[in-house]
Amino acid sequence: MRWQFSNDAPIYTQLIRQIKVGIVSGGFPPGERLPSVRDLATEAGVNPNTMQRALMELERDGLVYSQRTAGRFVTEDKAMIETAKRGLAERHIKTFLEAMLNLGFQQEEIVSLLRQETGEEETNHVSSGM
Amino acid sequence: MSVLECKDLCKSFGHAQALDHVSLAVEPGRIVGLLGPNGSGKTTLIKLANGLLTPSSGEITVCGMAPGRESHGLVSYLPERTSIPTWMTTTQLLDFYGDFYSDFRRDAAEEMLAHLNIQSRQRIKQMSKGTREKVQLIMVMSRAAKLYLLDEPIGGVDPATRDYILSTIIGNYDPEAAVVISTHLISDVEKVLDEVIFINQGRLVLQSSVDDIREEKGMSVDELFREVFKC
Repeated sequence: MRWQFSNDAPIYTQLIRQIKVGIVSGGFPPGERLPSVRDLATEAGVNPNTMQRALMELERDGLVYSQRTAGRFVTEDKAMIETAKRGLAERHIKTFLEAMLNLGFQQEEIVSLLRQETGEEETNHVSSGM
Repeated sequence: MSVLECKDLCKSFGHAQALDHVSLAVEPGRIVGLLGPNGSGKTTLIKLANGLLTPSSGEITVCGMAPGRESHGLVSYLPERTSIPTWMTTTQLLDFYGDFYSDFRRDAAEEMLAHLNIQSRQRIKQMSKGTREKVQLIMVMSRAAKLYLLDEPIGGVDPATRDYILSTIIGNYDPEAAVVISTHLISDVEKVLDEVIFINQGRLVLQSSVDDIREEKGMSVDELFREVFKC
């Protein structure tokens, strides 16, 4: 797993998001045991207390659970993982839309550009105006 | 109990006021960045904490004790300049540390040295600057101390060595101990820290958690530092 951090948000929230991505994308499969806090912190190059805080938040949301002696595990609840996936997708879409609106595109133009990019629409009327 | 505590701590060298009424506390389990521009008093504070200097006024304590023979057993110190005897081989260095410090974890040191492919018969003086820094850090982190004082552990080494040093600090994390890292290479250490202490011209400017700064200011500690200490 590759860990990356930006300057504008707390590190623990960025850790939460990246572990979620790991769970959703199968990097950490359902029911699998997570590495220890220390190992995860070393791998990500972050403070162990910060990693602990991120895992506790994920635990509170139910995406991971801990078993007293055995460690922390990824949930086996597929529906919950699907919800997390949706949540992550919504964030990406929101950021994308904001950037496009900033560039001066209208909603319909954006949808049409997306169709074009994904090859769903052969002709495009909007791009001729660009 | 705080691992390190300063109350109204002052230190002057002749007319120069190196530390000016500094009050702060460092709790166990914390990795703390001691940050400030050159000449702000970082090294002076560290030297006061391990008894190499004595306060002009005010108080400094390590685990409740004034720095002295008893506190030396609790403090593991990495000086700014390499201080290990360079004529020794790695094995001799391990013996040396084992003799001096009852809390020296030889197994841990040997494991870390092996990981770096450092031969036991190799002499310190035959090593590159980067390797020497790594060896010295390994020695310092292999003690089961209560307070680690690391003065500029990542200054003057390449980025890969920097990463190694930081991951060694994380890998040896002990919830009972505190680590104080002085540096001005903030963007490199920021993610490793719980909290930061900003000092400038001997005065405490700020003590805050890294994520609180990011949450409240919407910027990294590095960016905040550049703003606070703008020349």
